[in-house]
Amino acid sequence: MDIDHTSLVAFAKSWGLFYLMALAVCVLVYALWPGNRKRFDRAKKSILDKDDRPKE
Amino acid sequence: MSVVSGLTVSERHLALFVLGLLALAGLAMAVGGRGDPLAVHGFIILAVSLGLGFFVMSALFAPEPPASRLAEYYDDPIRVGIVLSLAWAVVGMFVGVWVAALLAWPELTFVDSAWASFGRLRPVHTSGVIFGFGGNALIATSLHVLQRTCRARLPDQFSPWFVLIGYNLFCIVAASGYLIGLTQSKEYAEPEWYADIWLVIVWVVYFLIYLRTLQRRKEPHIYVANWYYMAFILVVAVLHIVNNLAVPVSFGHAKSYSLFSGVQDAMTQWWYGHNAVAFFLTAGFLGMMYYYLPKRAERPIFSYRLSIISFWGITFMYMWAGAHHLHYTALPQWVQTLGMTFSIVLLVPSWASAGNALATLNGAWDRVRTDATLRFMMVAAVFYGLSTFEGSFMAIRAVNSLSHYTDWTVGHVHAGALGWVAMITFGSLYALVPWMWKQERMYSPKLIEVHFWLALAGTIVYVFAMWNSGIIQGLMWRTYNDSGTLAYSFIDSLVAMHPYYIARAFGGLLFLSGAVVCSYNVWMTIRMARIGRAAGAGTDVPLHGEADAVQAGE
Repeated sequence: MDIDHTSLVAFAKSWGLFYLMALAVCVLVYALWPGNRKRFDRAKKSILDKDDRPKE
Repeated sequence: MSVVSGLTVSERHLALFVLGLLALAGLAMAVGGRGDPLAVHGFIILAVSLGLGFFVMSALFAPEPPASRLAEYYDDPIRVGIVLSLAWAVVGMFVGVWVAALLAWPELTFVDSAWASFGRLRPVHTSGVIFGFGGNALIATSLHVLQRTCRARLPDQFSPWFVLIGYNLFCIVAASGYLIGLTQSKEYAEPEWYADIWLVIVWVVYFLIYLRTLQRRKEPHIYVANWYYMAFILVVAVLHIVNNLAVPVSFGHAKSYSLFSGVQDAMTQWWYGHNAVAFFLTAGFLGMMYYYLPKRAERPIFSYRLSIISFWGITFMYMWAGAHHLHYTALPQWVQTLGMTFSIVLLVPSWASAGNALATLNGAWDRVRTDATLRFMMVAAVFYGLSTFEGSFMAIRAVNSLSHYTDWTVGHVHAGALGWVAMITFGSLYALVPWMWKQERMYSPKLIEVHFWLALAGTIVYVFAMWNSGIIQGLMWRTYNDSGTLAYSFIDSLVAMHPYYIARAFGGLLFLSGAVVCSYNVWMTIRMARIGRAAGAGTDVPLHGEADAVQAGE
């Protein structure tokens, strides 16, 4: 199969854009989803624990 | 010795088996590569694996380590990684000062042999600091962060050693290869095919350690620092494999030829080259920042959500930015424009990370003032913000027409490498070393302060010298006279650079002395731990009992 220059450019300019937009939406939804707030808060605070042993 | 007896008996056997295979591979390279530089590397690999083999055998019949070790994190490889990282820092930066001096005083080639020429020494500097210093620091800190944030011990004790030692073997093969004239002439990917294959094996094991530990994690959520470390490992593997696709002349020959040619080769190389900056020198060190900075400031990261958004921004946009290294070349115009656009948009996630770090320090500025360790991290975040802005700016085609091929590029790289990568590494190591050797603090907080100012002064002198020389160079190269020919010859611009090259060598020397001070400080901290252990406890105390013994002694 031979992909010529113009069709590659057209593909990059359309689908490339859509895929990055879709990705941005997914990331924003995941990061801002209210239900995730609790796990994020826990994650950012739990590293400050002084306990230096693996959990059993 | 205690390192080996800490391995289980079956892990010791596995180590011997792998070292045996490696020795055989070295022997085969030495025999098959007769009359070729490949043989030199064969002998190096043979010697290293035999030496390590004897080391393992020295404690082969030691009793099994106590089961209580499983209630502790596995930190032996981290400790060795820290020491290796600092050793490479001193070597790599020393060679850096050497080549900087060669540029300022070309007659300095007092060793009149090929290995001491600029072209062979320069990659020893770049690989030494990026892969030797930076890579070992990344491996050591990643294994620390991984265990702590997962609250799980590493899955086994052999594979971290395989990764650490295997990686350093790669670094040694790389650096020695440059000195004997081996290179595939791809920037930051100079080592030849056999070293590349070896690195892939090491890297896959590294990634598996990550996955296996994450699988054993006791925390519901994977802390963001791990995402950055994993992006670093995964993407570097992809970049490394694709850019190094090559066919060796024969199996007994070190030379290979790339699968790509012409502009495709250039694009592949700079896709690799820029993403090496993105994922080796940025993502990995952001992982470091997102753990050690909050930890040291004793404040949670300002916005966890922002850290996630900037993570995905960085991973997905950096991939497309490489083309900005090839402005005004045979590369199609639209690819250049694509690279330029993504480079500019990249400023958003980059500044989100830098801002997130600085906002975390809000409310802890008094600590930044008194604690040089935290100040290292703060300055690193500032330089991260500065150099990502500069990078986006330089990627604009019109700006690039002035900056490309000049010392401005060199200045930009060092603003990132000295100001961001090295500063965050030193800050993290100063935080990590007392934890690893169970000390209250570093041997000398004063020396950290000295190191901080040496590093900052060195960086500023270096970067300003290169900004000046780069812009003067760029302007001299594009100045035309009335008759439409170039106003200055190349040698004119070279003469104009001379004072800046001297200043650059001096700035580098300051930075190198800082690294030496740091190594001394770390060494004395390790000694402090040893003395404390000998004085505070009997001779027979197992490793995990030491922490209490030292505290009691103090």
